[in-house]
Amino acid sequence: MSFMKNRRSPLAAVIVMAAGLALTGGGYAAATAAVEAAKTVSTVASAEQISEGRKLFLANCSSCHGKNGEGSKAAPSLIGVGAASVEFQVATGRMPGQASGPQLQVKKRQFTDEQISQLAAYVATLGDGPAIPTEDMVAANGNSARGGELFRINCAMCHNAVGAGGALTEGKYAPALKGSSALHIYEAMLTGPQNMPVFNDANLTPKDKKDIITYLKYVEENPSAGGYELANLGPVVEGLFTWVFILGFIIAITIWLGAKSN
Amino acid sequence: MSDKELDKVEAKYSDIEYSGGLAVIAPDAVRDPGLEPHRTRMTDKSVKHEKAAARQVAVMFFASVLGSAFAMYAYFAFPLTEDLGTVRNNTLLLGLGITLGMMGIGIGAVHWAKTLMPDAEVSEERHPARGTEEVRARAVEIIKLADSESGFSRRKLIRRSLYGALALFPLPAVVLFGDLGPNPGDSLRHTMWKKGTRLTTDPTGTPIKASDVTLGSVFHVIPEGLMDLEHHKLEEKAKAAVLLVRLDPAVLNESEERKNWSYDGIVAYSKICTHVGCPVALYEQQTHHLLCPCHQSTFDVTNACKVVFGPATRPLPQLPIAVDAEGYLIAQSDFTEPVGPSFWER
Repeated sequence: MSFMKNRRSPLAAVIVMAAGLALTGGGYAAATAAVEAAKTVSTVASAEQISEGRKLFLANCSSCHGKNGEGSKAAPSLIGVGAASVEFQVATGRMPGQASGPQLQVKKRQFTDEQISQLAAYVATLGDGPAIPTEDMVAANGNSARGGELFRINCAMCHNAVGAGGALTEGKYAPALKGSSALHIYEAMLTGPQNMPVFNDANLTPKDKKDIITYLKYVEENPSAGGYELANLGPVVEGLFTWVFILGFIIAITIWLGAKSN
Repeated sequence: MSDKELDKVEAKYSDIEYSGGLAVIAPDAVRDPGLEPHRTRMTDKSVKHEKAAARQVAVMFFASVLGSAFAMYAYFAFPLTEDLGTVRNNTLLLGLGITLGMMGIGIGAVHWAKTLMPDAEVSEERHPARGTEEVRARAVEIIKLADSESGFSRRKLIRRSLYGALALFPLPAVVLFGDLGPNPGDSLRHTMWKKGTRLTTDPTGTPIKASDVTLGSVFHVIPEGLMDLEHHKLEEKAKAAVLLVRLDPAVLNESEERKNWSYDGIVAYSKICTHVGCPVALYEQQTHHLLCPCHQSTFDVTNACKVVFGPATRPLPQLPIAVDAEGYLIAQSDFTEPVGPSFWER
């Protein structure tokens, strides 16, 4: 070790190590505390809720996901997906799925809030997974500027810089985020539904997620400063608009200028 | 076709006779159509139409007045405040007002000229480009006079120094081409990554623990210390950006020489597309495809990021990674090949 050869006091190494340990250990403790806090919510579910959820699961989900959520050729295992995943998939109407295809569609939801929480409570018992975030965790009161930066780095390549959505391969797509509830945005980051990657709390901390939600809600609520958004789809749409309408107008004016009066 | 084959074809058609003079060339293929017959305008034929046209012109000018007045009104009625949304209304309405103000004058004036001003048609012959002998002789005279008065032929010193000045004067422009350089040297071949550099999250610079990269996660990664750079931060980021993914080791196909480049199913690939250098970051968790948003090049993360679709021709370079004593992910070395688009000297 190089610092041993230096003229520094041997105590310096001890102090540096102690500080490093305190920092990393403290950081780890704080991070795990946050994870624990998220987990405790799921344990509140009562036995009755779980048994009702199991009934709903057997009647509506088990034909694809298996009687114990172990999965089949048609559908993935639900062991360890957690309550957040169930809430996202069922409350946005994606589950139960109607037809196979490149991607599950958002539909009218088929279960009440109570049924969804029962289902989520049951699936949460199958294995440890992310719990449904609390209202405070998804409140859009973070730092929208920081959220915007995080969104552009982690999300914008698929979902577009202002969350207008975009195409993926072979018919799949990243949906537009306008109109999505803060809860579902949070759950999607946490669980990575379908082809979306997972952004766990080590990658995007709960504060990061809150900031991202704040940014998306800010963009949703504030009109674009640059005039009509043209669905926010970017340069292709803007170029097409210019070529068709602006150039069309210029050509029409040119023809009128050169035409003789009747 | 080989010569032999050509000979065969020729032999086949040798008995056909072609008659000469089938083509017809008209002496004057495109005749000058001359001027169209003059057509009298409705405004010349009826007083009613003339009055209507005059009214239309006046209406356009009046619309211009309204537009200009509206532009001034809009400036005050839709002021810019701290709310960014106000920029939209202010710019739009001010612009529409000014547009109407200018277009009204323009359209009115053109309509006036087209309908009410005399419409006699005039054609002018194009005069020959060559001047008359007199004019040419006069020109030569002037040049000679100028030469003798200025002493251009006589004063050698002045003439030659002027030639020198004129010859040198464009050279600074040539020197400016130096700004196209300097040559990039080996900067295209190296990035910030070196042995032991920690992988950190973009933009916060938090080191990443291998245990944090759960299955299905994707991390957008920059080398440790990038954010502390004082110069060329963006250039370094543009080369060193990395995507970190954990795959189920069962689906990961690794070649023998790259077996120890990954850690427990965690692989790191350059985020810079080998086509034209866009950030490839659209990772599909279930298909393990990485899609480039610019030209739809698609890379298969399970197969060393080989190209499965699109215009890119080379796989994304892989960053060899390992884990340090504290469990943080580190680079084993720099990329083993240049990242990003191909270039001549690669």
